[in-house]
Amino acid sequence: MSTRSIYLDHAATTPVKPEVLEAMLPWFTENFGNPSTVYSIGRTSKKAIEEARETVARIIGAEPREIFFTGSGTEADNWAIKGAAYANMKKGKHIITTSIEHHAVLHTCQYLESEGFEVTYLPVDEYGLVSPEQVEAAIRPDTILISVMFANNEIGTIQPIAEIGKIAREKGICFHTDAVQAMGSIRVNVSDLNVDMLSMSAHKFYGPKGVGALYIRKGVKLTSFMHGGAQERGRRASTENVPGIVGLAKALELADKNMDEHNKKLIALRDRTIAEIEEKIPYVRLNGHREKRLPGNVNFSFEFIEGESLLLMLDLKGIAASSGSACTSGSLDPSHVLLAIGLPHERAHGSLRLTFGDGNTDEDVDCLMEVLPGIVERLREMSPLYEEVRSRKKD
Amino acid sequence: MMYSEKVMDHFMNPRNVGEIPDADGVGQVGNAKCGDIMKMYLKIENDVITDVKFKTFGCGAAVATSSMATELVKGKTIDEALRITNKAVAEALDGLPPVKMHCSVLAEEAIKAAIEDYKRRNGLTDNNGTCEACCRRCEDIHHHLDGED
Repeated sequence: MSTRSIYLDHAATTPVKPEVLEAMLPWFTENFGNPSTVYSIGRTSKKAIEEARETVARIIGAEPREIFFTGSGTEADNWAIKGAAYANMKKGKHIITTSIEHHAVLHTCQYLESEGFEVTYLPVDEYGLVSPEQVEAAIRPDTILISVMFANNEIGTIQPIAEIGKIAREKGICFHTDAVQAMGSIRVNVSDLNVDMLSMSAHKFYGPKGVGALYIRKGVKLTSFMHGGAQERGRRASTENVPGIVGLAKALELADKNMDEHNKKLIALRDRTIAEIEEKIPYVRLNGHREKRLPGNVNFSFEFIEGESLLLMLDLKGIAASSGSACTSGSLDPSHVLLAIGLPHERAHGSLRLTFGDGNTDEDVDCLMEVLPGIVERLREMSPLYEEVRSRKKD
Repeated sequence: MMYSEKVMDHFMNPRNVGEIPDADGVGQVGNAKCGDIMKMYLKIENDVITDVKFKTFGCGAAVATSSMATELVKGKTIDEALRITNKAVAEALDGLPPVKMHCSVLAEEAIKAAIEDYKRRNGLTDNNGTCEACCRRCEDIHHHLDGED
């Protein structure tokens, strides 16, 4: 058995780049000062945070005072949505989002429903796309917030954010985008996109876990998320995660610098994998859009088999991947995203997500394609569903 | 979530996979919507299960419990086989993660469904052919775990 280990789950998380780690290290030990203090070592920390804020702002076309560091992408989403909802509830209590958002957005919206807000969950087409027209049609006089994810974490579909942003701006409605999967793969300029709030998470672009950021356009009303000290201009209290913030900025800077090269490589790996799976394995379906798709994302449904079995067998061959199967999460239903694009339950159960990243090579695809067709065939041989199809074919 | 070594062994090297074309009893439980289906074939002579095969669509635990269930029933009388519980299947595998216990329930029900089919074919039952296991809804056999995603 192969002892090679191949990581194909970069949408889950990425390894911290050595340059990022190096930039972070001094802020754990020698420069450990609390940024809120007045003495030299504290001021050094404060300066590091402000430099990081400037870097992030420059990369997304914002002003430094519009960048707020958080503890995660999930926190950024929670803050944006609850913060805008509560700050604007006198104007209205209607929120528009989509049915394929990450749970950080979906469950936050569901919570707000229990608090008396009304939420419209827009359906998506078979590729996972929501149209600007759909968004426009859903707007009501009491709509106070629109939240549409930039790129989907499961199927990689990239939404028409600029067009939706234009509509939101014309109607004067606050527009949030969860860009957790997009950052590092898509160039983002908040002015061009007419985005009012944008969430990001460092560990998705080779930065550390436990740190994210929320862009909040100047003038956007938001209640505070964490109450306490005066950090982040009193809007997000708690002593800053200085090494994490430094790491986030460094990672984003590197991602921005290397983006074209990085994307070119990932797209080549992605397209080759898609082509080979379609060529070598029958009864498969690519989930998501072929072009409007994140550079590293491959998502297939394999009919007649179940995702967890597939993942276990891949793992035994040293390949780490992910699935939309219910069995991997312990919940009853398979992925809400796969159901939203119209997959029947049984096909959604048999899905496989492969997400490429920095360290992957063509040899990784060779190894994957060496084992995947055999694994799928083996599981199908065991499946009573496949048996039915084969006997039907014989008739 | 971690599987025991025994579960992984039965998943990777499942015993008795396949079909029996001239089976004396065939039982299928679960449904594709829930993500697992087990189909069990029995060969029965003088009330003794002489051969057994299975096919399963499902997760690692579903395959492993099917495999273990076939080992447990082989050579048993039908009365003995009917007394095999889901707990016995799980224990024989050195346990299952709590979210996967429903797979052992399916395995128990697959045995019962196949024996029921045998009895029906041989006029040994007045059951008119409905098997409660086959009509069970996912919600009844799956465990909800909140906050696990």
